[in-house]
Amino acid sequence: MNAIFTRIFLLLSLVAASIAVFGCGGSTVSPSSGTSPAATLNVQAISVNTGPSSALGPNFNYVDGAFTSVTVCVPGSTTNCQTISGILVDTGSSGLRILSSALSVSLPPQTNSGGNPVAECAAFTDGITWGPVETADVKIAGEQAGSLPIQVIGSPTYPTIPADCSSQGVPEDDLQSLGANGLLGIGQSIQDCGTDCTASGGTPTYYTCPSSGCTDTTESLTQQVQNPVASFATDNNGVIVELPEVPVASPQATVSGSLIFGIGTQSNNGLGGATVFGTDAFGDFNTTYNSTTYQSYIDSGSNAIYFLDTSTTGIPVCSDVTFWYCPSSAENILVQNTAQAGTNGATGPATFAVGNADTLTSNGITAAVNGLAGPGSNMPSFDFGLPFFFGRNIYTAFEGRSTPGGTGPYSAY
Amino acid sequence: MPTPQPRDFRCRRKTVIVHPSLDEEIAVRLQTSNGTYSMKIRLLFAVGIVVAVLAIPRWTSASLGGDLASVHDDEMKMQGTSKTTSNDAYNVQEIQATGGIVIREYVSRSGNVFGVAWQGRTHPDLRQVLGAYYDQYVQAVQAQRAQRHGHGPLSIQQSGLVVQMSGHMRSLMGRAYIPQNLPAGTRAEEIR
Repeated sequence: MNAIFTRIFLLLSLVAASIAVFGCGGSTVSPSSGTSPAATLNVQAISVNTGPSSALGPNFNYVDGAFTSVTVCVPGSTTNCQTISGILVDTGSSGLRILSSALSVSLPPQTNSGGNPVAECAAFTDGITWGPVETADVKIAGEQAGSLPIQVIGSPTYPTIPADCSSQGVPEDDLQSLGANGLLGIGQSIQDCGTDCTASGGTPTYYTCPSSGCTDTTESLTQQVQNPVASFATDNNGVIVELPEVPVASPQATVSGSLIFGIGTQSNNGLGGATVFGTDAFGDFNTTYNSTTYQSYIDSGSNAIYFLDTSTTGIPVCSDVTFWYCPSSAENILVQNTAQAGTNGATGPATFAVGNADTLTSNGITAAVNGLAGPGSNMPSFDFGLPFFFGRNIYTAFEGRSTPGGTGPYSAY
Repeated sequence: MPTPQPRDFRCRRKTVIVHPSLDEEIAVRLQTSNGTYSMKIRLLFAVGIVVAVLAIPRWTSASLGGDLASVHDDEMKMQGTSKTTSNDAYNVQEIQATGGIVIREYVSRSGNVFGVAWQGRTHPDLRQVLGAYYDQYVQAVQAQRAQRHGHGPLSIQQSGLVVQMSGHMRSLMGRAYIPQNLPAGTRAEEIR
């Protein structure tokens, strides 16, 4: 089945005159909205739907997550491949991570200079992922990242999470806790750790795993799990996430969009009129609300717009869940976004809606919900999550990569 | 706008844990013995080690809700440099710890750690920082996951514990506090 799929994939790659993309389920082919022929197929279908965890029951329907599929192959092989759907598109992290339970192809483990396998503890806002680093040729649309280090989450080969890893967060190591078959991390950073992990002494992230057990170690930049798109041969300076508008008053069961690779590299990925906001290497810039400026970032992997708190906004949280806002009627929030200090100095407005989350999510089957928002955290900030993407083309340019809008990192819309 | 935190600070992790006051006590006893290791001193030392070992769960797990000694313990465990700032109601002990993480521990005048905040590439050792509240935090995270059906910042609001964690990969932050332990006149927003 996988081999057949791969052949179809390769065949379509040759048909440059008509852009075709694979659907989220990995089994559908549909024309994209692109109008110009492209040298390399750089458009991948994405879908906001209830996600693969919905198979566990209606209580596990994902809200406001964009999913896609990726193909992983044993390095150098065109037949020993697998296409995996239900991968969450995440501009807030870097690196491809796949649940062991969703992975049937056997990928080679990465080994370090001591000949031992390498595992990783990756820290996210709401938990950690633990598992071995393995190597794969990663294929998405017509693009390929060869011999890319990826993380396999929840591998039965490494069932024991080291205490100094689990102490960094609650594990997200199965379909229920991850809510996806994997994460496609395509944020501004190239690596998922950077120089913090190339010398000893930092918080444990990479581990060497001889048979006696896994212990903290260093990991070179090239060996680290990293942004797959940055490793593509072409269209490797950034991505565009395109999702249609969703009215606040009418949540949708599902909506379809596109993940486009490259910025200004082909006729279908120009910046157009988008404003470029320079960020730091991690994607952070600034947002001003009511004359006060806060740290902010655009993160398709957050399932709502999380910002400030009730005492600052005057918007009450829901009576049943404190992580979402529940105003009596929808409100529009106007903010001014500003580039990170020392970058390009850009500034521009943004408006988004805050609806009543209880009402918006009441039927439990609508996955594409505009207006979903909630309070942020200790450091007052703006996390422009997936609802911010509805009706906007959002550009993420990678650190150090040249684009027509300047050298990354930046966000643009 | 928050001050950017240094990301390049490193320190070695170290796991030697000694109750400072116990340490001092041993030092005093040794002084009184005029430098001679008498049987009594050795016995006291042995007892001290037993007491120290018995005390490890307390001293390694106490931070939030712990006392001043737990702050020193954190500092020692994290091998960090620290500085203290004060106002009328509390001290803030800021520890520059592993991998560029900055941890601020809020200590009341009576010596109680009522709040902890952090910022850095990862979250800190939450078992250490949350201490006796760690298990409560884990359960609350699992409960919130079951309700939210998606990823995002954590906001745990219980009557006896607030934990909030936000940011994204390589740029994370969080705080935890015990609402009823805040000194009079202290607002939760001050813990950051």
